[in-house]
Amino acid sequence: MFLIPKPVGKFFHRMASPPYFYDFTGRLIPWLSWIFLFLVIAGLYGGLVLAPADYQQGDSFRIIYIHVPSAWMSLFVYVVMAIAGGIGLIWRIKLAEIVAISSASVGAGFTFIALVTGSLWGKPMWGTWWVWDARLTSELILLFLYLGVIGLYGAIDDKRTASRAVAILALVGVVNIPIIHYSVEWWNTLHQGPTVTKMDKPSIHISMLWPLLVMAVAFKFYYVIAMLQRARTELVVRERNSQWVKLLLESK
Amino acid sequence: MKNEHISLQVEALSCIRDDRVLFKQLSFEIKGKQVLLLEGKNGSGKTSLLRILCGFREPDSGEIYWCGNLLDNQYYAQMVYIGHRDGVKDELTVQENLLVSTALGFASQTSISQALKKVDLQGHDEVLVQSLSAGQKRRLSLARLLITDNKLWILDEPFTSLDKDGIAVVEALMTEHVNRGGMVVLTSHHDVQLHDIKPQIINLS
Amino acid sequence: MALLRAFIAIIRRDLILAFRRRAEMLNPILFFIIVVTLFPLGVGAQPQLLQSIAPGIIWVSALLAAMLSLDGLFRSDFDDGSLEQLLLSPHPTSILILGKIIAHWLVTGLPLILVAPLLAEFLGMHTDALIILLKTLILGTPVLSLVGAIGVALTVGLRRGGMILSLLVLPLYVPVLIFASNAVEMASGGLPVDAQINILLAMLCLALVLAPLPASAALKMSVS
Repeated sequence: MFLIPKPVGKFFHRMASPPYFYDFTGRLIPWLSWIFLFLVIAGLYGGLVLAPADYQQGDSFRIIYIHVPSAWMSLFVYVVMAIAGGIGLIWRIKLAEIVAISSASVGAGFTFIALVTGSLWGKPMWGTWWVWDARLTSELILLFLYLGVIGLYGAIDDKRTASRAVAILALVGVVNIPIIHYSVEWWNTLHQGPTVTKMDKPSIHISMLWPLLVMAVAFKFYYVIAMLQRARTELVVRERNSQWVKLLLESK
Repeated sequence: MKNEHISLQVEALSCIRDDRVLFKQLSFEIKGKQVLLLEGKNGSGKTSLLRILCGFREPDSGEIYWCGNLLDNQYYAQMVYIGHRDGVKDELTVQENLLVSTALGFASQTSISQALKKVDLQGHDEVLVQSLSAGQKRRLSLARLLITDNKLWILDEPFTSLDKDGIAVVEALMTEHVNRGGMVVLTSHHDVQLHDIKPQIINLS
Repeated sequence: MALLRAFIAIIRRDLILAFRRRAEMLNPILFFIIVVTLFPLGVGAQPQLLQSIAPGIIWVSALLAAMLSLDGLFRSDFDDGSLEQLLLSPHPTSILILGKIIAHWLVTGLPLILVAPLLAEFLGMHTDALIILLKTLILGTPVLSLVGAIGVALTVGLRRGGMILSLLVLPLYVPVLIFASNAVEMASGGLPVDAQINILLAMLCLALVLAPLPASAALKMSVS
């Protein structure tokens, strides 16, 4: 802990107090939303209008501007969820627990989008909606892992207990994801499926690349906004008996 | 560790369950040779408090100290808990059940047959637990108190399903334990009559 | 050596219990056999076809049988309060849990291995492939018990935990399924399978060391 500079530590200490968190994120979200809007418009304009069509895939490649950032986010959010869950488990910080569970549904959403867009992209490429491509298969298993987390949280009535369960499961999942990922990839190379042109070609032209990166950043902002909004709701529901929530409700 | 120095200290403990505050800012301390009796209506948080003392539940705030330290293996080596459920296996014999209990803790001076004699179950060593009556099962689970080396007894309604004789047996065990310097925390609907020991009482409702 | 005594006492207790509830012990094995029998009825009994999908069939059925048997791991202990006593032991919970998992594997995983040759014969598997199948089962089924223990530990307190258990556990079983069934498939083609066997061995070591920790944390959560 002593490696963390003092102001940062102070910031996190203050953020761990629910009223402060609620107030601070309430003021933060509009800013984040504007930045998100700006980035997503720029990214989409760059990706759908400015970037040239692919010489092999024509215009259908443009779906990567949604697909690839979602796929990146699906993994990223799971890791964030596991880290937040771990923090909540070890230091018993309520807000970390809430961040963990609020991330789950957002992450599942990203995973689902990555799957749907992957299959939409596959239709013109492979002629079928689904092939057992390594990426798609990994994403599908990741979706199951997310659904397990959400299902477990829903099944346990006491929400503090449920948060601990979710944190344990997310940590187990995060250890397993690389193993699952590599085993699926290995499985895929053995069972030679249709030869697929990989989506993340190493040599992507810069005019195609920058909108992708912009979209990736935009998706990160979207995640933070959606997660914070869920977290705020969850926080109010859990703390409905505390003084600050009562004051909040009276002032509204 | 000398018996006189053992202490269980609870500081500003709060427990909230399903939006209901069961207790708030509860503090107490008990030492060796003391008995703490928790009273209160059904649902007043007696069992929750015992489960917090066992470390099963997290208190919503507050701390528990055993001999000045937070609950650690030292504590678990010196406590026994008898809950609503007997914690004995129906398909095992009386003796097999107690052997497992001894192995899970640290064995005391009292042998299994001595313990069974004290709870009036002598001669039942080889009997399957499923053929015991509810009261006998209860006494079997109470025999666990004797076979491990311990200082603190946490008993949740120890007199349930016991008849008059059974209750007298348990009271005698508690008196003996306390006179040896041990401590007891219990809940009970019955009056607890311990020979010249006056329990501290905390009313939770 | 009090810890070792406790560890052995737990294994011994669970083995005695399993022996006295013999009828329950048979269920996963029967399930395993029946599921495998259903495949020829479902996909047709052409020997060529069956032979080519045999490794997958056997392993998927083993996976399901292992998952079904998991519920018995902590259920009765949870119901009668023995689990609370286990958690109150001054010994490290994860070691005691490991004892329970080992006992559980001995009564549910080991029988699967013993009936596997019969099923391999049903599906027309070669002897070379059978030997590899047994090897993968010996290395793979303990992993299923260990990883599955985390899932049951998380769901043992729930009334309708069965469905959610499969959602939690099956995705985590994917790597075992991939490497084990692939090894058997390769072996029936006469190819070397050392890599797969080594990977399974690595998974087993990893699961042995790591799985009891989240399982004991999850059990503490479940009794609260």
